[in-house]
Amino acid sequence: MQKRISNLPFHDTPEQAQKLEEVIAGLKGQEGAVMPALHQAQDIYGYLPKEVQQKIAKGLNVPLEEVYGVSTFYSQFSLTPKGRNHISVCLGTACYVKGADKVLDRIQQKLGINPEECTEDGAFSLTACRCIGACGLAPVMTVNEDVYGRLEPEEVDGILAKYME
Amino acid sequence: MDMVNIKINGVSYEVPKDSTVLEAARTAGIDIPTLCFLKDINQIGACRMCMVEVKGARSLVAACVYPVNDGMEVFTNSPKVQQSRRMTLELLLSVHERKCLTCDRSGNCELQKLCNDMGIEEEERFAGALPNNITDVSTPYLERNNAKCILCRRCVAACQNQHVSVIGANNRGFDTQIGCAFEAELADVSCVACGQCIVSCPTGALREKDNTQEVIDAINDPEKVVIVQTAPAVRAALGEEFGLPIGTNVEGKMAAALRRLGFDKVFDTDFGADMTIMEEATEFIHRVKEGGTLPMITSCSPGWVKFCEHYYPDLLDNLSTCKSPQNMTGALIKTWYAQKEGIDPSKIVSVSVMPCTAKKFEIKRDDENAAGLPDVDISLTTRELAKMIKKAQLNFNRLPDEKFDDAMGVSTGAAVIFGATGGVMEAALRTAADVLTGEPQDSIDYQEVRGTEGIKEAVYKVAGMDVKVAVASGLSNANKILEKIRAGEADYHFVEIMCCPGGCVNGGGQPVVSSTERSFTDVKAVRAKALYDQDKAMPLRKSHENPVLKKCYEEFLGEPGSHKAHEVLHTSYVKRGY
Repeated sequence: MQKRISNLPFHDTPEQAQKLEEVIAGLKGQEGAVMPALHQAQDIYGYLPKEVQQKIAKGLNVPLEEVYGVSTFYSQFSLTPKGRNHISVCLGTACYVKGADKVLDRIQQKLGINPEECTEDGAFSLTACRCIGACGLAPVMTVNEDVYGRLEPEEVDGILAKYME
Repeated sequence: MDMVNIKINGVSYEVPKDSTVLEAARTAGIDIPTLCFLKDINQIGACRMCMVEVKGARSLVAACVYPVNDGMEVFTNSPKVQQSRRMTLELLLSVHERKCLTCDRSGNCELQKLCNDMGIEEEERFAGALPNNITDVSTPYLERNNAKCILCRRCVAACQNQHVSVIGANNRGFDTQIGCAFEAELADVSCVACGQCIVSCPTGALREKDNTQEVIDAINDPEKVVIVQTAPAVRAALGEEFGLPIGTNVEGKMAAALRRLGFDKVFDTDFGADMTIMEEATEFIHRVKEGGTLPMITSCSPGWVKFCEHYYPDLLDNLSTCKSPQNMTGALIKTWYAQKEGIDPSKIVSVSVMPCTAKKFEIKRDDENAAGLPDVDISLTTRELAKMIKKAQLNFNRLPDEKFDDAMGVSTGAAVIFGATGGVMEAALRTAADVLTGEPQDSIDYQEVRGTEGIKEAVYKVAGMDVKVAVASGLSNANKILEKIRAGEADYHFVEIMCCPGGCVNGGGQPVVSSTERSFTDVKAVRAKALYDQDKAMPLRKSHENPVLKKCYEEFLGEPGSHKAHEVLHTSYVKRGY
């Protein structure tokens, strides 16, 4: 799937900025520094916004396109922030057959975001995943650590409401 | 050289130990099809087109990266190999926009040729979903259509080879697209417009922005006076589009073709090149005498100028303020020539034919409008001119040899060699030596700055002074010299930089040469030879001896470097950053 790029404004704390600077300084001049830099940057920020990738490119003296190419190639890198509540809808075979796509549609409608995006207020982020090993409960979604099974699309509103405060 | 014995298709060959299977086979006269391979630029074994069978190997191997070893037995034409090639092509076709009849590269497309050669009959064997392909028409010089991209990465490697690297492979697997970081458009990144990606592309995914229709419309407008100029390197390559061998100088037929296409005047950018030398040599002498910024760096190559603005804005004072020969010629067409002929400059459509895509960017720069109008209105590539000639159904090879129009078609050997790396430096030295000593020098061949090496350095004694010069072509080479200058480690007086490797003869607007041909022929050297041969045969070989140029100074500009000359022939630069 094509990586989604965050459309939300970037904010960082002085602590985060300083940590990133230290990471870059530690890797400068090393062969193959882009991967570890991205890993550590994602640990600091939770995702890899453009501003962070630009700092890495400048700092390591590699083209921004190279950094971006790597960050969009590997699935463990995310270019969108996670919300305070992270929703994951299983689209594995069993869940899909049981109508998980309709559950996902409902969530998208309700929150106004697509998979791999985050709501503007930072409350929710959404991802579509493959099998979480709970096929007996299909269709399944998780919100943070909570698992919801045997879902009907109509139940979505009530579940989300619990996390809205 | 250490040699090893190998067998290819049952026949024994002795081949250099460090060659790849592909090199060994091609030297033996056996071709192995390739797509991603581009000699010296892209050798990554990615496309799997060149798979061959090696006795004892577990699977087929990629010939372009697989080294030979003693006793090796290679099969390039076995049923297994043939089947693999077919499959690779059929898979590529499954996601390829197969609009070959209307494609810019039809007849000159490596994918099309391979499909023909391999006898592919089924285009849709693997019909299915199509990727979400990017198109990019954001710049005035280049268009990308990824529906025709085969992900060979030759453009990416060419961009990297230019030390620019604004394009690369983004995302993964089926979603892989060649594009810019964060899906930006080319116009919004620090692309230098060199077009080396275009001449590296095996298919029709990349091309210049086509401006031929604007030219045809202007020619058909009775109100307009359409004047064309052609750069030195164009004559050394245009013939390739009509089946002539690489390195054929077609100056005469080109002039004849332009006249038959309906241009009102056919001028030579070489005139502007001579003018550039007058201004640049004067500027150089002035900088040396008055303690101006040194080294002075040439400014003829718009890709190089844009590179400097993006990546070395701190060195912009080192750039000569001279406009390029294209824009000097354009500026004089709409000022001096228009005045002399009593033509309203606003009725003139000034067209250039260039080996270059960056010229399409250059004509839109600020401060390139001596008559209050753009110095050049439309800039075409060598390829676009060929297209116009084909469209008009001129039989190029049967045209007579004609001359440029006198008014601005007279030039010297110094101007002709502008099209090759080292040429501007040599031309400038020829004039500077005469001017500084006050008498014509006999020795005018500056061998040390000739040839296609990326970086050349020399010291010349000019009027008692040791002049240290450096010449770089290709931006990776330029970058090395610029780093030295920035660090204060270079003591050059004068530096020539051309954006494209080998200079304009190898520009991004030149005819596309297939990767197979590029494996055997040093295209830039062969095209450059055509220019040096012409220089040698010319009666006048120093810019300041150009009689029309002298007249232009007398009638219009005054002295080289005069206030008027600065108004018309010099320009300024902007800090762009990246």
